[in-house]
Amino acid sequence: MKKHDSKLKWLILFPIIFYCLFLIVLPLLYIFIISFFQNDYYGGIIQIFTIKNYIQILDIVYIKVFLQSFFIALITTVICICIAYPFSLFVSEKKSRYKSIFLMLVIIPFLTNSLIRTYGWIVLLRKEGLINTVLSQLNLIDEPLALMYNNLGIVIGMVYTLLPFMILPVYSAVDKLDHAMIEAASDLGASKWQRFIHVIVPETLPGLFNGSLMVFIPAIGYFFISDLLGGGKLMLLGNLIKNQFLVARNWPFGASISIVLIMITFFLVKLYKKIGGKMDDLGGF
Amino acid sequence: MKDKKILKNLFIGLVLFFLYLPILVLVLYSFNTSKLNILFEGFTLKWYRVLLENRSLLEALGNTLIVAITSTLVSTVIGTVSAIALKKYRFFGRSALNELLYIPIVIPEIVLGIALLSIYTFFHIELGLHTLILSHIAFSLPFVVVSVRSVLNSLDPHLEEAAADLGASPLRTFFHITLPAVMPGVISGALLAFTLSLDDVVISYFTAGPGSNTLPLKIYSMIKTGITPDVNALSSLILLVVISVLTLSTVIKIKRGRKEKAYE
Repeated sequence: MKKHDSKLKWLILFPIIFYCLFLIVLPLLYIFIISFFQNDYYGGIIQIFTIKNYIQILDIVYIKVFLQSFFIALITTVICICIAYPFSLFVSEKKSRYKSIFLMLVIIPFLTNSLIRTYGWIVLLRKEGLINTVLSQLNLIDEPLALMYNNLGIVIGMVYTLLPFMILPVYSAVDKLDHAMIEAASDLGASKWQRFIHVIVPETLPGLFNGSLMVFIPAIGYFFISDLLGGGKLMLLGNLIKNQFLVARNWPFGASISIVLIMITFFLVKLYKKIGGKMDDLGGF
Repeated sequence: MKDKKILKNLFIGLVLFFLYLPILVLVLYSFNTSKLNILFEGFTLKWYRVLLENRSLLEALGNTLIVAITSTLVSTVIGTVSAIALKKYRFFGRSALNELLYIPIVIPEIVLGIALLSIYTFFHIELGLHTLILSHIAFSLPFVVVSVRSVLNSLDPHLEEAAADLGASPLRTFFHITLPAVMPGVISGALLAFTLSLDDVVISYFTAGPGSNTLPLKIYSMIKTGITPDVNALSSLILLVVISVLTLSTVIKIKRGRKEKAYE
């Protein structure tokens, strides 16, 4: 009986173990290994150990790419917080029926393809696009505004694409707030701002950090937004990795950047756990 | 006090306007007679007819659906069974397995994309629909596990024991007790997997081969070379389907919520 049970157990666990080994561990291990190899001129990999790829990252050109990416990702995250936090607070004050309607309204656009929506922004933002046409018809502007093919376009696209990932965790944190505690604070004489800073913010911090992770990390890698709305002028880490793999065909260097990116991600996740965030909340929305 | 409420509603309205603006534009232009998309000239359904003749676009749509449906089915079945097994069984490497499952959720998609591309190249697996499906399973399976587990954690642990005590076989317990109980988690996990697959650009970009273009990839290349209004028409149709399904599910949810309240 016991033996039979154990056989059944491993049979049930086989798919997930197989999945973890072949679709997570092996691919990541492989890019970890090739990040220490050399590349040849034909896009191949020479199996000679080197740390050259990691030293190359310290080149000022690539440091700049890192800084630009983090800057864009940080601005995107901050703007998303500034929109999502008040939005969640205001929606959480509604009746429960309206709450689910508003949440559904947030989710619907992000169920349609993000490229289609990015294309919608191009129609709106470009020089002869809708916004510029309307503004000039109203005689509000003489020359079309440069709304895209620059950093502004990238940030608009990133904020737009990633906003739901901020709203959903922040909302679920705000909605779970213990109202008795807020009342207690106000009974004890806390002003509105004091209540916000000392009660609401600390209580919702894990949700806020969760949303920030789900916005910040993708914002580093979404090469198609900087390609399409930034006009390919600003190189982000996503574009750099993409180019190393598909254009320059220097896989070892692309792999080393990816490994650095994974390290940064793990560091941020650790931070998230430290402030009391739960791992299961990261994927759940 | 009333002014404040108006301001709050205004803010909610503005955020929603921002979220819907590009979509509204696309829907509007799908009915525009002008091909150049600048000013609205007149109403037409021409682009919906053109869409039906655009074979490469429809093929990309077909591929997208094949990949999304297959990867969702596989992820949902494996994810559900695994979530239950990972909770039930104690074995060597269990906690490592649990930790590993978070990796595809947290790491940047682009890293997973190039890692998968590298390993396919290493094993000389030619890129095509099969690698696309495999890659979509790779990033969606953990979401199903997490979703099922969250329901599982709130279940009464004695439920299965009770079924066993009453003489139900493990298989019977699974299908009659455990599975129905975790169904909400299974459904939301499957929905999440499906939408993630439909929407994915980054991982598909690296793991699709010639002839396995998906809709996002097709649109990506079209934006660079010039997009035709039938894409607007297709987007509007997709939107219509999504909104109908979601409205229906929200209405059902609200009605059910009311019923539960009535029981209380």
